[in-house]
Amino acid sequence: KDSKSGLALTSLVPYRQDSCIALASQPMHQRSFTQKLHSFMNGCEYRDRVLTMDTMNPNVKRVEYAVRGPIVQRAVQIERELKMGIKKPFTEVIKANIGDCHAMGQKPITFFRQVLALCSYPDLLEDSKFPEDAKSRARRILQACGGGSLGAYSTSQGIEMIRQDIARYIEQRDGGITCDPDNIYLSTGASDAIVTMLKLLVSGEGMSRTGVMISIPQYPLYSAALADLGAVQISYYLDEDNCWSLDISELRHALQEAKKHCSPRALCIINPGNPTGQVQSRQCIEDVIRFAAAEKLFLMADEVYQDNVYADGCKFHSFKKVLFEMGLEYSEKVELASFHSTSKCYMGECGFRGGYMEVVNLDPEVKVQLTKLVSVRLCPPVPGQALLDVVVNPPQPDEPSYDTFIKERTDTLATLAEKASMTQEILNQVPGIKCNPVQGAMYTFPRIHLPPKAILEAKEKGQVPDMFYCMKLLEETGICLVPGSGFGQRDGTYHFRMTILPPKEKLKIVLAKIKEFHQHFMEQYS
Amino acid sequence: MDRLGERRNYNEVLDLSSGDLHRGGIKPITFVRQVLAACFYPALLEDDSLPLDVKQRAESLLRECDGGSIGSYTESSGIAKIKHCVSQFITRRDGGVPSSPDNIFIKSGSQTALMIMLKLLISGKDLCQTGVLIPVPTYASFTLALEEQGAAIIPYHLCEEQGWTLQVEELRKALHTGRKTCNPVALYICNPGNPTGHIQSRKSIEEVIRFAAEERLFILADEVYQSCVYGDDTEFYSYKKVLSEMGSTICSTVELASFNSVSKGFMGECGLRGGYMELVNLDPAVKEYASRLFSTRSCPPVVGQIALDLMAGPPKPGDPSFPTFSEEVQAIKNTICKNTGRIQEVFAELPGISCQPLKAGFFVFPCLHFSLKAIQWAKKRQMEPDMLYCLRLLEETGLHVRPGCEYGQRKDSHHIRLFVATQENIMEDALQRLKTFHTPFMKEFS
Repeated sequence: KDSKSGLALTSLVPYRQDSCIALASQPMHQRSFTQKLHSFMNGCEYRDRVLTMDTMNPNVKRVEYAVRGPIVQRAVQIERELKMGIKKPFTEVIKANIGDCHAMGQKPITFFRQVLALCSYPDLLEDSKFPEDAKSRARRILQACGGGSLGAYSTSQGIEMIRQDIARYIEQRDGGITCDPDNIYLSTGASDAIVTMLKLLVSGEGMSRTGVMISIPQYPLYSAALADLGAVQISYYLDEDNCWSLDISELRHALQEAKKHCSPRALCIINPGNPTGQVQSRQCIEDVIRFAAAEKLFLMADEVYQDNVYADGCKFHSFKKVLFEMGLEYSEKVELASFHSTSKCYMGECGFRGGYMEVVNLDPEVKVQLTKLVSVRLCPPVPGQALLDVVVNPPQPDEPSYDTFIKERTDTLATLAEKASMTQEILNQVPGIKCNPVQGAMYTFPRIHLPPKAILEAKEKGQVPDMFYCMKLLEETGICLVPGSGFGQRDGTYHFRMTILPPKEKLKIVLAKIKEFHQHFMEQYS
Repeated sequence: MDRLGERRNYNEVLDLSSGDLHRGGIKPITFVRQVLAACFYPALLEDDSLPLDVKQRAESLLRECDGGSIGSYTESSGIAKIKHCVSQFITRRDGGVPSSPDNIFIKSGSQTALMIMLKLLISGKDLCQTGVLIPVPTYASFTLALEEQGAAIIPYHLCEEQGWTLQVEELRKALHTGRKTCNPVALYICNPGNPTGHIQSRKSIEEVIRFAAEERLFILADEVYQSCVYGDDTEFYSYKKVLSEMGSTICSTVELASFNSVSKGFMGECGLRGGYMELVNLDPAVKEYASRLFSTRSCPPVVGQIALDLMAGPPKPGDPSFPTFSEEVQAIKNTICKNTGRIQEVFAELPGISCQPLKAGFFVFPCLHFSLKAIQWAKKRQMEPDMLYCLRLLEETGLHVRPGCEYGQRKDSHHIRLFVATQENIMEDALQRLKTFHTPFMKEFS
């Protein structure tokens, strides 16, 4: 069954659900003929479906998410082929496309997993193998759960005790600035909270349609959500020549242009950045806040990588802290939502779908609507809520689990820092690849110079040049990266995003292979 | 005593307002929690305390996770092996009707999956606005979800006198009315029903499917209460099974999405957020976009996926955990049966409250027969009579139940919704509180 052939022969297979794959690979105009043929052969009356590409919600067609896009699908296919014994120039696919720490061998934090196990099966509270500090936290969490079980619904905003603990954590992080637990909304990963806020922000038609500012390059959840909601994406370019820093004049320029065709209402910023890894300076954050205040923009601060800061001289400054240190003129007026999750930092617990947002200066009536909106999805996963609680209540110096915890956390972050600097060093040795310092987060986003011949061949194949490059890299080395076009980049420039997550030794090999591939590629298309 | 120092007749609020098994005092299934604990903390696999089948299941699930950790992302539509397990569960349930893992999409709860289907179906404004037929009564968060998605709601009334049955004539009437103001595209069914607890006969399901085929409607079959069936001579038929047995034209053309989750049934794991939908006869090109929509939310919570696997593939006779497992499941069934029996006994003694035979689901939705006096008193306070009844019930006895006005009901009919899947002593307590409140209340307004 050659699904690529598109021959009429494939359509004579009796219509069953599993022949849908053959059907889907045929071009549109052939498909309805094939459907008619199938129906005829099965003695069915042919009818148009209720839900077709024509009747489907049109916004859905515009949704793309490069991190799990076509290149990843091809990588999965190659993995299957390897399993079936098909020979390739490599023995494994290395998925350096997605920010998944545990998948790449990073170990979970022991203490967190102990507490979750105790919460899930409380009989273990009698088991002497578990330390007392883990047990006390588990008991406390279970007391806050309905029926003492992780399986009970929580309120839609999230378990109150946990929101109180998070508020305390934020206060400590931000040098004592008050945090109201009622302004904390737990969510299913940070993505859930981000989309919820965007839903609230997007409205209007035509000239008054909401415009949302987002960086180029950006994490494609934002572009996907904006497409899905039918909002106007207002792109502002980060400055590649200056370590991907944010330039206020660029923000201003983008805004002025946007005002001509939409109603700008929000400004999204990812700090530390994804895919670029830049850590914004305090001055920059102040400038952004001033800009948002002057232009009346709602600030969305995506801070999920806040513990992933590696470069000397770089420090994480939370938007909330800076805002409140700028005086009442700003702290009482600027509307801000900041986002955090359990997926990154040193925890890497992506599969738990734990996250929260803190809203600041939200209109009280809008807050009522927000609370109503989150109630539709009932509640965020309780294990994720429980995990967040332990993250903000880690072992203290006088507790039994402290030493192990600190060691695990320090080692994890130190390893990431080493890999960040190793990555930028090695990639910068390759002629034709230029890599900005990986100041934070989990990725490198190097610029690749592609010879005109390669660009031409890509165009002939109907592929964006960096997708063409990445696909070739995948087929020849088994390394899966995401082309820069999935994140956005200046016209005429090409990039790829690679995670720094593979174990050090493997990462060295990956970088060496990329170096080799790039040199060969340059020669081939010179 | 409350904050104001007022004396109350009760020590604590008894909350029977939501369909939450664990909150109602029922314990989680031991096998499920043991497997989860081992998945959270694999060091437990070295432990002697856990049964062999628990360890084997945890190991086999961890093998499916990248890096052997439940903290890793998974495929957007769920771990392949778990989807496979779910499809086998469906095939067994439906007496052999094939189910493909490719048509299974796991999500963080059935609601989330339902929202994604709605997102695909809903668009347009005014006369082109997508209309969805929904039963009256129906649970409140669903109505909210439809409004949020921008759908036009087309209500169809269930027939209370006949045990809350779904009648096609009513569907037809509702559709006809709906067509005047919007573009009806989908028909939402909840079977077994919430809050009504009715369960459709096979014949009823066939009629509905035929109606959907004739009128070209996409069926959304919410079947999360499928394993909560306790009435005598009552059986659950899945929409998929009935559809598959209806002749080649209908079975290969009617589009259906059915939903199930770990929140109900004997699992009661609402907080873990595990659910799935199975798609039947969906356009392959549309399915491609559905997958894409799924991928933007990375993946469903892994703990919820694991719970689904355990629901779909529970311990079998001969497994070390089977005796405890089957005891626990039977105990839950017995409790619900005893509770529904007690409820019917108590209601029989009380004036002005009646309910349809209890067959399935987690709730009872009795009808309150208010006097004119009571209705006028409520009107004066600008509230629905059943809302006021519930508020006073809570104030005076601490029993928390929900009023029928939140679910929709025929004009001038009033109801309350009570959760029935609680520990027997809690149910008894609740019924006593209701008794002590109800009779004086009815007398007051006679």
